[in-house]
Amino acid sequence: MQGLSPDVWIAVRLTLELALLTTALLLLLGTPLAWWLARSRVRWKEGVAAVVAMPLVLPPTVLGFYLLIALGPDGPGGAIAGLWGARTLAFSFAGLVIGSIVYSLPFVVQPIRNAFEAMGERPLEVAATLRASPAQAFWRVALPLARPGLITGAVLGFAHTVGEFGVVLMIGGAVPGKTKVLSVAIYDYVETSRWREAGLLSAGMVVFSFVVILATILLGRRAARAGS
Amino acid sequence: MRIRRLAFVAAALGATWAAAWGASAARAAETHVAVAANFTEAAREIAVAFKAGTGHDAVLSFGASGQFYAQIVQAAPFEVFLSADDERPRKLAEEGLGVASQRFTYAIGKLVLWSRSAGLVTGEETLREAKFDKLSIANPVGAPYGAAAIETMKKLGLHDALKPKIVEGASIAQAFQFVETGNAEVGLVALAQIVGKQGSRWLVPQSLYAPIRQDAILLKRGEGNPAALAFVAFLKGPQARAIVEKYGYALDGAP
Repeated sequence: MQGLSPDVWIAVRLTLELALLTTALLLLLGTPLAWWLARSRVRWKEGVAAVVAMPLVLPPTVLGFYLLIALGPDGPGGAIAGLWGARTLAFSFAGLVIGSIVYSLPFVVQPIRNAFEAMGERPLEVAATLRASPAQAFWRVALPLARPGLITGAVLGFAHTVGEFGVVLMIGGAVPGKTKVLSVAIYDYVETSRWREAGLLSAGMVVFSFVVILATILLGRRAARAGS
Repeated sequence: MRIRRLAFVAAALGATWAAAWGASAARAAETHVAVAANFTEAAREIAVAFKAGTGHDAVLSFGASGQFYAQIVQAAPFEVFLSADDERPRKLAEEGLGVASQRFTYAIGKLVLWSRSAGLVTGEETLREAKFDKLSIANPVGAPYGAAAIETMKKLGLHDALKPKIVEGASIAQAFQFVETGNAEVGLVALAQIVGKQGSRWLVPQSLYAPIRQDAILLKRGEGNPAALAFVAFLKGPQARAIVEKYGYALDGAP
């Protein structure tokens, strides 16, 4: 088989970097958010939950459109970019990370929230009677118990970011090595009738998706067995 | 009570549907046209004049020419293709997907360097001095205006210097949108896109890039549709040509 052009490998590497960084940030942001959604008693929390879940239903074009404005010189992104002398966060890796966080947020928050909710009050109450502080209870009891949810969230967030297309297309500008991720590269190959590259990369994505989904299912089953 | 209300709603919906269906059935024929993104505004105006003149509807889809080519090869339901280049229509004719005798240049595109800020673009020196962060162009492989942009930069000997500043839109429409939202300060876009727009511009001299001959072709799929044939004829006619010119395109000698 003929080797693929270096552009392909640049795109693969960029995609992995984007997905890894996005997943790490999503776990950092999503875990406290999921904890709050699971534990809080305020009435408007489901409003927040709905906002978090919105990227599930909104077309990527809507997110892409708002991001393009928000990241640009007329939005907050332009002001932030101004700190290092740039005018916009669009067309940059940082811009893609921001877009991906918004886009994949529900895929990470939802499984973690479910895990926190599934454990119920009991483990935390027990921890409290053993004189654990709320922080200790969170770190030593809640988080380990929620591990299956954390793993599922991380896998889904990673996979969903790898598969992201519409948002990236709208704010990326297809800069090789910076914003030209796999899905955009595939689109480019299709558009320019380079079927061989398009076919190989697409097949790779199919295999990748299968592995990810299968892994998620198996993890879920193992967690269920461990819990029972 | 509730059942009666439901029945009423159902009857009303049915009547609306019947009316809408009746209206569309009574309408003249329609034809599906794939239009290169740079020609969007002009094509809309032509479609309105076409409707007024013939009663037929031209249903327009806009996108990058390369993308349309790929779709047409895969049996997309288009009957006429207004490409941004002359190569793809020629290939379609060769591949038997287009009608060779119904291929013609409907417009000759002009490349322009544009910024939405007044005074930013003054001429060739704007590219030379490169006092901007991002230069937006269309995908050079899929969109002819993108290829013309690269050719221009190479002719000026600026391609290597400008390369790190280039951002690509999937089509010329997106390249334009990057400039219009201010995410890129300048862009090499189609003159037709900035007709009537504020800002500053430099019309790139024709000597810097090969003429962007935009060819249209009647696709095999549209051969039997009178509306498709009428659209092609209309596009060659004086009324459409006047609109084409109004949007800053040059015209071919004889269609």
